[in-house]
Amino acid sequence: MADQSVTSSGIYVRSEFVNEIGVAGTGEVERRLSVFERITNIDPLRKFTILIIMVVVWELYARIGNINELMFPTFSATGAALVDALVNASLLVNVWNSLKLLLSGYAIGISIAAVLVILAVGSRIGSDLLTTLTAMLNPLPAIALLPMAMLWFGLGPGAIIFTLLHSIIWPVALNTHSGFQSVSETLRMVGGNYGLRGLKYIFKILVPAAFPAILTGLRIGWAYAWRTLIAAELVFGGQVVDTSGQLGAEGSTSGGLGWIIFENQMENQTPYVFAGLFMVILVGITIENGFFRNIEERTVRKWGMQKS
Amino acid sequence: MNDTATGTAGQSPAVPTVEPILDVSGVTLQYKTKEHLITATYRVDFQVFQSDRFVLLGPSGCGKSTLLKGVAGYMRPVEGTMKLKGRVITEPGPDRVMVFQEFDQLLPWKTVKQNITFALMNGGKCSSKQEANDVAMEYISKVKLERFEDTYPHMLSGGMKQRVAIARGMAMEPDILLMDEPFAALDALTRRQMQEELLQLWDDTKFTVLFVTHSIEEAVIIGSRILILSPHPGQVKAELNAHQMGHGDVGDKDFAQLQEKIHAMIFADRVLEDETLPNG
Amino acid sequence: MSENAVETYVRPEFENKDLGKALDVDVERPLSVFERIANINAVRKFSILLGLLFAWEAYTRLSGVEPLLFPSFSTSAEALWETILTGEMPAKIWVTVKILLVGYAAGLGCAAVLLIWAVLTRVGSDVLATLTSMFQPLPAISLLPLAMLWFGLGASSLVFVTIHSVLWAVALSTHVGFMGVSETLRMVGRNYGLRGIPYIFKILVPAGFASILIGLKVGWAFAWRTLIGAELVFGALSGSGGLGWMVYEKGENLETTYVFAALFMVIVIGLLVENVIFRNVELRTISKWGMQR
Repeated sequence: MADQSVTSSGIYVRSEFVNEIGVAGTGEVERRLSVFERITNIDPLRKFTILIIMVVVWELYARIGNINELMFPTFSATGAALVDALVNASLLVNVWNSLKLLLSGYAIGISIAAVLVILAVGSRIGSDLLTTLTAMLNPLPAIALLPMAMLWFGLGPGAIIFTLLHSIIWPVALNTHSGFQSVSETLRMVGGNYGLRGLKYIFKILVPAAFPAILTGLRIGWAYAWRTLIAAELVFGGQVVDTSGQLGAEGSTSGGLGWIIFENQMENQTPYVFAGLFMVILVGITIENGFFRNIEERTVRKWGMQKS
Repeated sequence: MNDTATGTAGQSPAVPTVEPILDVSGVTLQYKTKEHLITATYRVDFQVFQSDRFVLLGPSGCGKSTLLKGVAGYMRPVEGTMKLKGRVITEPGPDRVMVFQEFDQLLPWKTVKQNITFALMNGGKCSSKQEANDVAMEYISKVKLERFEDTYPHMLSGGMKQRVAIARGMAMEPDILLMDEPFAALDALTRRQMQEELLQLWDDTKFTVLFVTHSIEEAVIIGSRILILSPHPGQVKAELNAHQMGHGDVGDKDFAQLQEKIHAMIFADRVLEDETLPNG
Repeated sequence: MSENAVETYVRPEFENKDLGKALDVDVERPLSVFERIANINAVRKFSILLGLLFAWEAYTRLSGVEPLLFPSFSTSAEALWETILTGEMPAKIWVTVKILLVGYAAGLGCAAVLLIWAVLTRVGSDVLATLTSMFQPLPAISLLPLAMLWFGLGASSLVFVTIHSVLWAVALSTHVGFMGVSETLRMVGRNYGLRGIPYIFKILVPAGFASILIGLKVGWAFAWRTLIGAELVFGALSGSGGLGWMVYEKGENLETTYVFAALFMVIVIGLLVENVIFRNVELRTISKWGMQR
């Protein structure tokens, strides 16, 4: 049969060929994108532009829409209020008051969670006890305990720290415990093989191996605590109004951020309310992106352990 | 030993002075699942001597991995004893280092070098960081991973991870190296290469190794002596010599004959339920 | 490899011919009844719960602690039963749950609109990313004073903060889920001619469902906490409302047994939502599809 013909089985047989590649020009192999395309591909730049546009829209809406400043202040008024509060009204002291409570609550909460989890690693009954406690208490919003806490510890930092503890312990303990339980049997055996026992085994094998879960727990704990703290300070604000009470009497430097927001709202100082909210966002972003993101980069991402 | 034996097990009159490194006698191992108590091995005896490449071979369900875990000290036998250099094994320890099949046996939060120094420092082999570093580097170069000493495990291929695990185990210079199907999760080409490298390392240092596999071919290549276990529960079926066989002999008549013989023994009295042996 | 013989200690081979005859042990034996009962998780946890309740009751009875400060389990349970019978508790629950449902649904709606925009255009995606990174760290409860200014003392303020607490958590998590959908699955979707909204709902949503479900759960957790908190603050100011307000009011009046009764209900609702609703959704979707990590 000749080369180019249909075979008996119906296949169209063609002649073979080989090309000499790389001798002739092949046109542009790689070309840089245009300057505009490259600039719009920079993520932070695009987001920053969007931020600026939103601020401009806000300013225009508040000015042109003739909105009552008490209801919705302009961006510039808010900015001015923020600067004023920072310079004259010791807003930073209020931020520090909130953070102080938060940090002490966070530290104590993590320690208690650590003790609970260590006890749970040791025995099945400890493990059952911890899972039962977390299952019961994790769905209970910490803020709901504030009235009882005020009854037990009085109106003051004690009651707030108690509620903060409750908001931190359960998510941290829950995530750490389930993280420990999902550490692979192989890694556990490796730890045992090199003679690690007890606390050494927990801190050198279980903790790093379960670190993604622990970090999640720490983040959730922080998120709950931060929300609980602001809410608690707002409730205290309500208390002050109700009972002509104890926090406000000492002046606005003794309260936290939540209290400042509440107080300014009561006095119809809406730009200052917005300034307070600014600070709340700022603190949140700093801790989320500055602190936790950093830990994540240095640990689970570097180790290739992050999920999704 | 009250079974019929074609030879005298263990003790050889020719070299009576040799003491076994590992002496397993009459060991029955049981473990619990959620519903059942399973007998994994039943009255198993064997002895491993200095520089043996001792292979535990058998189909799945013969308790070979359980037996290895017993030797490692993760399980206590319900009857019988296991002695390492005359001392009864009671718990895991760095004198018997285990190399697992799973790639996640490396600590993901430590680099290649740190994985080895971690073992050396915590296993009590080295007391100073400097010393541990030196030993680690020596073994990293033995497994030809010098370029990757500061790499985290997740960046390594499967074969490289197993090499790190082997280096980590050998760096400890244990009395006996326990290997639980270390090459089973590798592709065929890498597996072959790793087998060769292991034999080269053995030529180098003549370490004692207890090796678990379900591949007859691998057993014959790697092993100097092969213990064949029957399934459900694991019992000693036979012990054969294979020290004269290596990679170079694959395809030889003797090699094929030994494979045939082992194959026949494993399939002789029991029907294999779920898994057929590769190369069988 | 002939030199191996020098290094290794060569022993004679042997073979056991008749295995299995000398076997005097069960290869596999069921565990004892006690062991099997103790292996049932629910049984163990339930007994622990009973033990804890018993310890609570014993403590309040034996230590002589002031019942106003720490009531016993039995009086708290009585108070719960009483409020359920009088209809006070169901009414409060309904007030809270209604706001929660409206807020949650509205929050999901807003999130869906933002997400669709984000999937279809890059500007939308950037706007969503910027908004979530700003508002996700802002506790919804801190907007309550503003909400009261804008919407007055009423349910709409509560709905507003609930929406805020749900919206960003869900949007963030879903967006991450969408971006994590594999290129292969996207191409498969396009291959079968899916574009726009059908593409989102038939490919992206199911493929990113594991992440979406996490967002729904986090959104619920924030919403529940925010709502209870908001009712507490509200309680301090106005004086009507649901469960959170009940906790506050009874606390003010030192009726601590009723505070505990209300806390019971808060826990029960939380458990119901997490272990019945979300667990079921999970079982019917990502568990069935084998998409859990």
